Amino acid sequence: MTMMLEVKGLTKRFGGLLAVSAVDLEVEKGEIVSLIGPNGAGKTTLFASISGFLKPDEGAVNLDGRSIINLKSHKICQQGMVRTFQITQPFATLNTLENIMVGAYSNTSDKNIAQLNAERVADILGMTSLLYQTADGLTVAARKRLELARALATNPKLLLLDEVMAGLNPTEIDEIVEVIKGIRDNGVTIFLIEHVMKAVVNLSDRTYVLNDGKLIAQGTPKSVASDPVVIEAYLGHGAAKMMTNGGKS
Amino acid sequence: MTFSLKTALLILLGLLTAILAPLGISSKFQLDVLTLIFFTAYIGQSWNILGGYAGQFSFGGVMFFGTGAYTSSILLTSFGVPPIIGIFAAIFMGAFLGLIVGYLSFRSGLRGSYFALITLAFAELLRVLANSVEFTGGGVGLFLTYAPGLHNLQFNSPTGFYYFSLVLLVISLAIAMWLERSRFGAQLVAIRENEDAAEALGIDTLKCKIYAIMIMGGMGGAAGTFYAQKYLYIDPPISYSIALSVEMLLVTIVGGMGTVFGPLAGSFFLHTVNEFARHFIDTPGVSLIVYGFILILIISFLPNGLVGLFRRTRKKKDDNDA
Repeated sequence: MTMMLEVKGLTKRFGGLLAVSAVDLEVEKGEIVSLIGPNGAGKTTLFASISGFLKPDEGAVNLDGRSIINLKSHKICQQGMVRTFQITQPFATLNTLENIMVGAYSNTSDKNIAQLNAERVADILGMTSLLYQTADGLTVAARKRLELARALATNPKLLLLDEVMAGLNPTEIDEIVEVIKGIRDNGVTIFLIEHVMKAVVNLSDRTYVLNDGKLIAQGTPKSVASDPVVIEAYLGHGAAKMMTNGGKS
Repeated sequence: MTFSLKTALLILLGLLTAILAPLGISSKFQLDVLTLIFFTAYIGQSWNILGGYAGQFSFGGVMFFGTGAYTSSILLTSFGVPPIIGIFAAIFMGAFLGLIVGYLSFRSGLRGSYFALITLAFAELLRVLANSVEFTGGGVGLFLTYAPGLHNLQFNSPTGFYYFSLVLLVISLAIAMWLERSRFGAQLVAIRENEDAAEALGIDTLKCKIYAIMIMGGMGGAAGTFYAQKYLYIDPPISYSIALSVEMLLVTIVGGMGTVFGPLAGSFFLHTVNEFARHFIDTPGVSLIVYGFILILIISFLPNGLVGLFRRTRKKKDDNDA
């Protein structure tokens, strides 16, 4: 079995606060793996530590068998792992095409090739009609797609998606779930943070649950969702017992 | 941005007019004003590359100008190196200074107003240094001898300097056009728009910003040599004048940041306003008030500069066509 991403003992502290504590996780090639957890569990911090935006205090991160710990994020991107941002970060005054081209330029310095690649990616994400709209005029859903498109244009092996579905309506979620599946089918491994459980269940082969910086459960999305430890992490102490007793404590 | 045939023809026409202009302009004064306009447009473009395209506002752009002026002038007065070679040394020193300042400030993550202030501090530091060390001539400054000739980059008529400034201007426009079409330019714009996202998409933001400030530095260095050879005298307050730092960002902001022709448009506009105000208003100081007033108007109502005005109308036209 070949691992696309291996994280071992990853720890990140902010002063006295232990944001991510000795996290071990693995993502296989071709998998879609999700990371869930209550607000403030440290999911985004974990992503930022993996992708070089934060410097972890301890631990190892390997991408496709090579250590990427302490590499700067642009180097990590060149190695084939790219992240998207939870709060979309478009190049606001540029249009969709130019935004995606910035990603495409990571593989070529030729403008025409970059443009062709960007148009191809836009087509995959159904953004062809938006190519010449400036990014600050796009809807939330389109901006989320743009994040995805830019990242995809760098031609990654592994995509880290940070809540690409937050703020989308059910139809838009169904659409983007299909898009993400399509990306995986084209050979890109995907590791995503998500709150929308329907999407998590639909998409992911495996799920990790993070709470208070620690991994508390892992497995298939369905098994994780019924795990008492996970239910308590979300709903509070005693909640799992209440649910099994049909609402009575 | 690809240039349409119409744009290409317009550029060609503009260039041709500029080349032939000295034939039609008999007044030395007018030719001098044009030279000054081109010079300011050129140095504004140097600011535009780092400030307009890469979004890193500097407030001490004059440091490259001054360093370039001193480099070629000292080489000439102390070592007899002709300025036609000295100008390349000036470009090199400007770029090298850019490397140092860029590395120090971008490395430590200085952005926005902090970066602006640190560049101002560097320029002031260099001014004080130039004032206190001996080889710059200290507060007395450096006098250059008048010896017209291409090797000295000195000319016995304003036409010569006019063409010199035109060459500089054309080079600066070519650099900006290249930025518009190249990967490097796209990366600079990405950094301006969102540095984190740029970094996430594989752009070495530190390297790109340092390259940008080095280009600015090299251009500023050449401007210094131009000035020294034209006016034949430099001293620390001239070489490191805050006024020039302000002027280069002013013409760019008024004309349009991050555009090829913004600095030129801004330079044309501001110099014209300035000359008119000076010419028609006798009371000293009032011309400055007029100048300031027009500036306030532009900054309030044309946030994208004069070029932005043109773009907006063009966009509307495109929409109507569609």
